[in-house]
Parts: sequence; C-alpha cells; structure tokens
Amino acid sequence: MSSVTIHCFEFLKKYRCLLYSPIDCKYRVPSAAPHVDLLQVAVIHPTLQTTGSLKRAEEGRGGGNSRKARSVSDELSRDMSQQMGDSHRRFLQTMMANGIVDEQGARALYQHCCETHSTQCTPDKLDDFIDTINSRLQPMFMQIRKGMSEDNGQQYYALVNMAETNVTRMSSDYADNELELFRKTMDLIVGSENGKASSTDILNSTDTMTAKKLKKSETEHLLNRFVNDKWLNEKRGEYTLSTRCIIEMEPYIRAMYQDQVKVCHICRNIAFQCQICENPACGIKIHNPCVARYFKGRSEPRCPACDDFWPHEIPEVRRPQSRSRR
Amino acid sequence: MTQRKRLSATQSSSQSRRQTGSLLAQEEDDDSTFTQPSSTQVQRGLEKLTPAQVDQKTAEVVQYFLVKDQKKIPIRRADLVKHVVKEYRNIYPEIMKRAVRIFDQVFGLKLVEIDTKNHMYILVNKLETVEGASPINSPTNPKMGLLFVILSVIFMKGGVVRENLIWNTLKKLRVDPAEKHEEFGDVKRVVTDEFVRQRYLEYVRIPHTEPPEHEFRWGQRADMEVSKAKILEFMGQLHEQDPQSWSQQYREAHSTPSSTQASTSSQR
Ligand SMILES: [Zn+2]
Ligand SMILES: [Zn+2]
Repeated sequence: MSSVTIHCFEFLKKYRCLLYSPIDCKYRVPSAAPHVDLLQVAVIHPTLQTTGSLKRAEEGRGGGNSRKARSVSDELSRDMSQQMGDSHRRFLQTMMANGIVDEQGARALYQHCCETHSTQCTPDKLDDFIDTINSRLQPMFMQIRKGMSEDNGQQYYALVNMAETNVTRMSSDYADNELELFRKTMDLIVGSENGKASSTDILNSTDTMTAKKLKKSETEHLLNRFVNDKWLNEKRGEYTLSTRCIIEMEPYIRAMYQDQVKVCHICRNIAFQCQICENPACGIKIHNPCVARYFKGRSEPRCPACDDFWPHEIPEVRRPQSRSRR
Repeated sequence: MTQRKRLSATQSSSQSRRQTGSLLAQEEDDDSTFTQPSSTQVQRGLEKLTPAQVDQKTAEVVQYFLVKDQKKIPIRRADLVKHVVKEYRNIYPEIMKRAVRIFDQVFGLKLVEIDTKNHMYILVNKLETVEGASPINSPTNPKMGLLFVILSVIFMKGGVVRENLIWNTLKKLRVDPAEKHEEFGDVKRVVTDEFVRQRYLEYVRIPHTEPPEHEFRWGQRADMEVSKAKILEFMGQLHEQDPQSWSQQYREAHSTPSSTQASTSSQR
C-alpha cells in the first residue's frame, strides 16, 4: 500500500456504493410508533381489527393509495400492473432506507428505478406504481402512505408499519419511561391550539410520570433522540409532530384522542399546526399551508365554514424548493 | 468449532450491553431441541391450520428477519423458532419457504442460510448497486468505508493477512486502532468484534503464537455482498493502474460468478 491510500477515505466518499448492498446497515422496518398501546386502541376503536396476534390498523384514511372502487375491466388491467418487478423492489428498498421521501424525490426515484431496470415510466402513474408495491406489502402489514407536511404543505411518502407485534415492539429502542414521556409530549401537542409543546411544558410534565422519573438532563437528551429518530421536530424550543410521525400514526391519533383531534376543514387530514376560526360557534381548523393555498388572491379572507372574517395572517404559498424539513 | 464458540461468546457479551427486552435474551443453544419436521408432518400440520393463520405466521417471520437483520448479525434458527414460530414449529419448512419467496419477490432480498450446521440466516440484497445515480441519498454507514478498505487489503494480499498489516494500513489512513475515532468509535472493537459478528470478517488466532497474533480473512457475508471486481476497479482508480495488471486478483474476481448477486435478479 502506497501513500495514495491516505486519500482512500476521501476517495471512497466519492466512489460510494461499492458494496452490493445499497440499503446498507441502516435500512429498517418502520417500528410501530413508540407510544401506541394498540391493545387498548383495538378495544376502544372499532376500525382497528384484531387479526390473530397481529393487530392491524385499518388503512389510513388520509393515505391516498387506497382505491377500492374499481370496475371489473379496471380489475383486469390492474392485475397486469400488479406484477412487481425489480424497479418496484428498488423503490421499496430505498423507502426502507429512508423512511420518508418527499413527492419530488419519490418522482425522481420512480423514474430512476424504471430507467435502471428498463421498464416503462409514466410520470403521472407514481401512485399506481406505489399501489402495486402496497398490494404486496399489505400481507406484511406494511404500507407506503402519502401525507402532507404541516410545515410546507408538500406531499410526502412514508413507509409505515401497521402491525404491532412482539417483533416490532422489540425494534423500539425506547424504555418504558421514555415511551411515557413521548405519550405526555403527544398529549401536550394534541391538547394545544397550535400543535406545539414547549420544552418547559414537557420538562414539567415529568413530575407526573408513573414510570421511573426522568431527570432534566435525561429528558433533554431523550427529546433530542426523538428528533433524531424523526418522531418530533424542534424549532426554537418548541416541539411538533414530524410529518412521518403524523403519517404513520394518524389512525392511532384519531383513535386515542377522539374528542380532541380536529381535522383540517380544507384537506380533511388531521390538523396540529394550524389556524383556528375565532367565531366561538365555529372554531374550524385549517393547516397553515392549506390557509395559504385557500386564501391566495382573495382580498378579504372569510371562514369557509361560517363566513366570519378570518383574522389571522395569511402565510405565503411555499414553492416546493426547500427539501430539507420533514 | 472454534468459530462457533467465539460467536456465542461475543453474542452473550453483546447482550449484557443492551437491555432491549426479553426477546434478545437468547439461550446459549437450544437449537438441538428443534428437529426439522418431515414433509408428512408438515402436511398434517397444514391441514389443521387456516391459510390466514399460515400467512399471518409468515408475515411475523418476515418482519422478524427485517428487524433483526438491521444489526447485520446472523439470525439463529433457534431464536426464530423460540420467539416467532413457536407453536407452528411443525410447519417450519413451509413457513420458511414462503418467507424466502416474499423476500425474493417483494423486497428483492435473498434469505441465505449462512451456516448450515448451526442454522443461521442472513439477508442479502439481490439488486445490483447503481453507482451514485440514485436521486435519493440514502443514509450510509461510515463504517462501511472502513470495512471496504480492510476487505480490499485482504483481497489484494491473497485472501489472508496478519492483523498488524491491517492496523498499519489503518494508521496510514490516520485511523489509529488504539484511539477512539470520531466516526468509527472504538476501531479495534468494530473491526475484531462487530465486523466479525456480522460475518464480514474472520479474525482467528494464529496457532502457537505468544503473545497471541491473529489473522484476518473475508467472512461469509463479504463473499456474498462484496464484489471483488469492484474492489479491483477501485484499486485501479486509486493507484491509476489497469485492474488487469493484478493478474491473479483479476482472474479470481472474474472467475467466480458472484453466485447470489444481482445477475440472478432479472430472471424472475
Ligand atoms: Zn389541510
Ligand atoms: Zn368559522
């Protein structure tokens, strides 16, 4: 080995993917969300059915991939399109490695996978392509589901696990008291008007923990882990649910917080970070990005439900350039 | 045999480090209690079950492999039977057959029994890497760079090297195995323990050496996942030399058609 090897690592960075395994060590089955006690959910919520030892959530209502109503002739062509090929497999592997991909990225990936395996790529058929994968994932209680980011209004695709088994629970890297903190954070976020929980409130909530109490430093460290593992987002000391968390847990959130949870008046998805109509008789919620789109170009914004004046600042419609936040 | 002892020793030490719950707590070896059921037993077992029950169990097995494989540690049949298959052990071959098919057809992965004597399995990717072309940058493990360098050295030196050569090479790359590295952590542990448990490397003591000396070889997983042709290509670029000029390595890299790899994936 000569001195050139000194540049070896720099070189390796440029010359990536030398191993056959592009999914690397990092790919994962999305673990079931850290706070969910599905046994409980299954009892209180009729849409969650229990099948054997796997408790499976009903397909997420917000997920744009379930197309049940199809005619017989559609069925036939669907059978044809449901053949899974290497392009689908490559797409799925990338989803496994990333967990969540924005719409632009998913389109680019779709094209890339088709080109790599010389199959036809129809740009507006991404959702059909994903349907094909989902039809084969369904028996494994996994699904690629679509949802909107409350930050920028963009669509994202996330690979979610709908099963809670001993197996998926095992992959959860959190101890019981850590899960309890997540649950408390969740309570704070769902109970808030703006879908946020401050670090102070979260720290205070540890006073009422039933499991082994977390110290302040431990709590701070744990919150960082939740952010790193993409369950929470943090901005200036305030925590929100990540897009991935919302997509993955929507059915559970609807079930667990039936009385508190509100849906967006515009897109009908669950709403955390949003604006609220100030008419006490109305009080509908609209996501910030949905507000931006709905009121764009209107001179006097009025509530789409009660027609009262909409008193909040109307945010700008964000162009899908910033691809960083999830 | 020595290899097996080493493996179970490292496994138990790694358990005490983690506390992820009872499912990881493996018995030393209870595989001997499991006897592969005969085909008539399987047939009889299947008759007593509904197709949904069998699908269900298969899904659990698939998830178990996907979860456990993330750490790249081979999965023992004994653990699989004990924690997942359980009362379905009489139809174990049928469940495995279905799991293999699902990995192949849905995930593009191959379930390989890496150790037929001790019944251990790993998942290998069947899709060939497309260099740098993916529009999505998947998270990569920096340790894989370290591993690739070590595998390259071993391959270029004819398949087996003394450990000192590896440590010296790494030092030249400013990775001192005696110091904590910012990206790799405890380098010596990663190389001699983690990579070994993952079956990327074999690290075996050379007999009659005092103080003990060890040598490195490629592990079984490396044989299946890593392309020798790509290593040569890499070496060629690094040294600005034609890969064919290493004639012996070139012959080896191009003689064994890497059996499990990409080439087979299009035939489905
Ligand atoms: Zn909305
Ligand atoms: Zn209103």
